[in-house]
Amino acid sequence: MLAVRVLGTAAILFVLSIIVFSMLHLAPGDLVKTLLGTRPASPEAVAAIREQYHLDDPLPVQYLRWLGGVLSGDFGESIRLQTSVSDAIAARLGLTLALCGLAFAIALAVGIPLGVQSAVRAGGVLDRAGTTLGVIGLSAPTFAVGLLLLYVFAYYLPIFPVYGGGRGPLDTLYHLVLPAVTLAAGLGAIVLKLTRTAMLRELDADYVTSARARGIPESRTRRLALRNAAIPIVTGASLLLTFLVGGTVLAETTYALPGLGTLLQDSVLFKDLAVVQALTLLVALVIAMIALLADLAYLMLDPRVRDQGGAA
Amino acid sequence: MTGIEVAIDGIDGPAGPMVAAVAFGIEPGASLALIGESGSGKTLTAKSLVGLLPGGFGARGVLRVDGRAHPLDATDAAWRRVRGREVSLLLQDPFTSLSPVHRCGPQIAWTLEAKAGRRLPKRELDLAVAKRLAEVNLPARVARAYPHELSGGMRQRVAIAAALASDPRLLIADEPTTALDASNQAEILDLLRQLQLERGMAMLLISHDLGLVRGRTDDVLVMRHGEVVERGATATVLSSPEHAYTRALIAADPVLALDAERPDDALGNDADLGVAGRAPLISATGVVKRFGLRTVLDGVDLSIAPGQVVGVVGESGSGKSTLARCIAGLEREDGGSIVFDGRPLAPGRRSRTPEQMQIVFQDPYSSLNPMMTIGAILREALGVGGRRPDEVPAMLELVGLPADAAAKRPAQLSGGQRQRVAIARALAPRPRLLICDESVSALDVQVQAQILDLLGRLRDELDIAILFISHDLAVVRRIADTVTVVWQGHVVEHGSCAQVLDQPSEDYTKLLVAAARRDTTGRTTVA
Repeated sequence: MLAVRVLGTAAILFVLSIIVFSMLHLAPGDLVKTLLGTRPASPEAVAAIREQYHLDDPLPVQYLRWLGGVLSGDFGESIRLQTSVSDAIAARLGLTLALCGLAFAIALAVGIPLGVQSAVRAGGVLDRAGTTLGVIGLSAPTFAVGLLLLYVFAYYLPIFPVYGGGRGPLDTLYHLVLPAVTLAAGLGAIVLKLTRTAMLRELDADYVTSARARGIPESRTRRLALRNAAIPIVTGASLLLTFLVGGTVLAETTYALPGLGTLLQDSVLFKDLAVVQALTLLVALVIAMIALLADLAYLMLDPRVRDQGGAA
Repeated sequence: MTGIEVAIDGIDGPAGPMVAAVAFGIEPGASLALIGESGSGKTLTAKSLVGLLPGGFGARGVLRVDGRAHPLDATDAAWRRVRGREVSLLLQDPFTSLSPVHRCGPQIAWTLEAKAGRRLPKRELDLAVAKRLAEVNLPARVARAYPHELSGGMRQRVAIAAALASDPRLLIADEPTTALDASNQAEILDLLRQLQLERGMAMLLISHDLGLVRGRTDDVLVMRHGEVVERGATATVLSSPEHAYTRALIAADPVLALDAERPDDALGNDADLGVAGRAPLISATGVVKRFGLRTVLDGVDLSIAPGQVVGVVGESGSGKSTLARCIAGLEREDGGSIVFDGRPLAPGRRSRTPEQMQIVFQDPYSSLNPMMTIGAILREALGVGGRRPDEVPAMLELVGLPADAAAKRPAQLSGGQRQRVAIARALAPRPRLLICDESVSALDVQVQAQILDLLGRLRDELDIAILFISHDLAVVRRIADTVTVVWQGHVVEHGSCAQVLDQPSEDYTKLLVAAARRDTTGRTTVA
């Protein structure tokens, strides 16, 4: 099972790297001009740059050179930053991870309790307020929410910093609050919807009626339903993590955070191929890992699936 | 004053009154059966007595437990003090009434803690759970099992243990055996009766099945369209029913009619004779089917001649439905051969044509597309068989439906009418074999009888072969010419209907027949 999965993931990463490689070459723009900037483009300088980055080789050869490097653990050099790709990513990975983790935690901490309460008192004030908030959170674009929060909580009420990543763990956390809330808005709305729907269905199930009919307290009954609802919530929420990957580019740009999202954006604009390739593969790998973890969580949460898995 | 006094002034739903005024009493240690078909209001009555009516429904009246009055329209907070201590409700389906992701032990323990009103130490709880399991004849290790690891009968025992763990004064059992196999039904009902007598607890047993309550309840109450039509001691009502509806229920009850003469028994004694000379239309030989490591069919033989009805009986998990699906091509068999009219059929659906065979499923609520009108459903099926769409009225007439049904959607029809549509749809391509997979199991007994009559008539008129799959021996007896008994993927016994069901030679068949008869005292008063 696991071997098939690993091979499948490897195949997807391989195909993806070819697609990204070709797309970057098809996209308009010229690496040489970007590198030279406003300096005069003497034929010698151009030739030297083309020579240095092997730009005159046929495309398949360029791709294979890159692939050979990756297979031996070398992701190449960033043309733009003039450092190794691994260093460039490692320097920014922590901030993005912290941002995604914080956003996800906020989304769950708000979305799940609100979803449960909405389902328990369906049609009530809280439910209607939750639904309205959910619609807003879902439909408002991430950058718009970001700008709005910036204006309100950093400009008019200067509670949070306007930009930057901060120094030291506490200061970083302080800098990440607004971006995380921005990202969590859309995410939390989906978590709320998922939880509400799953809880409504479970609260309607026979085993809940049966529990109530034998006098089991409402708090216990609710926990019982939530434990059953956890199966669709967890699988749904883990898919949402992949949504974060796209959102983090927007949030980091809005708040000028030096994370992987801004790195990806700058590298694409600069045609910094090695960085884009490495980041794309990293994202794909993370998504594959999340999907695997979601399946494992499913096994953990549902004893019925666990037994089938054991038999097969 | 001891015992249960119920005085319901009425139950109202969103569409108006659902149940009229009804009053009854149950002595401690006594039991009352509430009998009625689906829609008669019996489940609403049960739910109103635990304050768990669905949204939009409301009940007026009062429940008295040993003199303590509990108004039926009390708030949910007030009902929480009543549920469990005074009244407990046991639901129909043990496959859904236990939480699938929790072990059985904790589910019983929650009731114990709810009654105690506090958390109990784990050792004390484990001992108490083991004791409750022992009461329902289950070993203590069941506490560690998840519901899906248990059989239906064992699950219902766990549900009973959980419902009784709060020691209620009244247990309401809502169709507690309808979802179970015949061989489990009698055991569960006898267990309920025994527990009820031992504890001096009152029991309200709700059922659509008069035969089931014989010898197991003291009194009976027959409901129809939300009104009580007859009441009295169970034995008296069963032996000398006064109301025409009760008489109709008894006549339609296949269990009570199990001993009755079949019409063609009187004529030719063995219906097999009529078709003995004809070559089989379909014959399956040595059919093997595995799902993963599990062998579901292990070399099953079956053959059906034109104009013959072959019943395949067995409990759930016996492989009888898998056999039907292999014949229909919905599953691909792993071994054996299936020959149709002399030509072998390869596994799978591609090798079969709509004119060869059609299938009628169990649940007419889910087998018809809710978005299509009946006319559109039948036109589509006629088109599959290359027939003209203007034959829809003729198809409706064939299955005894009015012509105006064509413009309706499935939701506007009753369960019986829907199953007639499903049969008409199956017959539209003029199949030579009709496969009925538990096709009457979801229907009320009276409707069941009508559908069985319809199938019998269609067999005679169209000379089609029918493969009739059922877990219900009494139903099979009404329609089948020969019977094949399947158990764990093997054919246990095969022969004419009368021979297999009246003089079974194999132990397993004897067990099934005994369970279907639900042998109890007083058996001979009816039939």
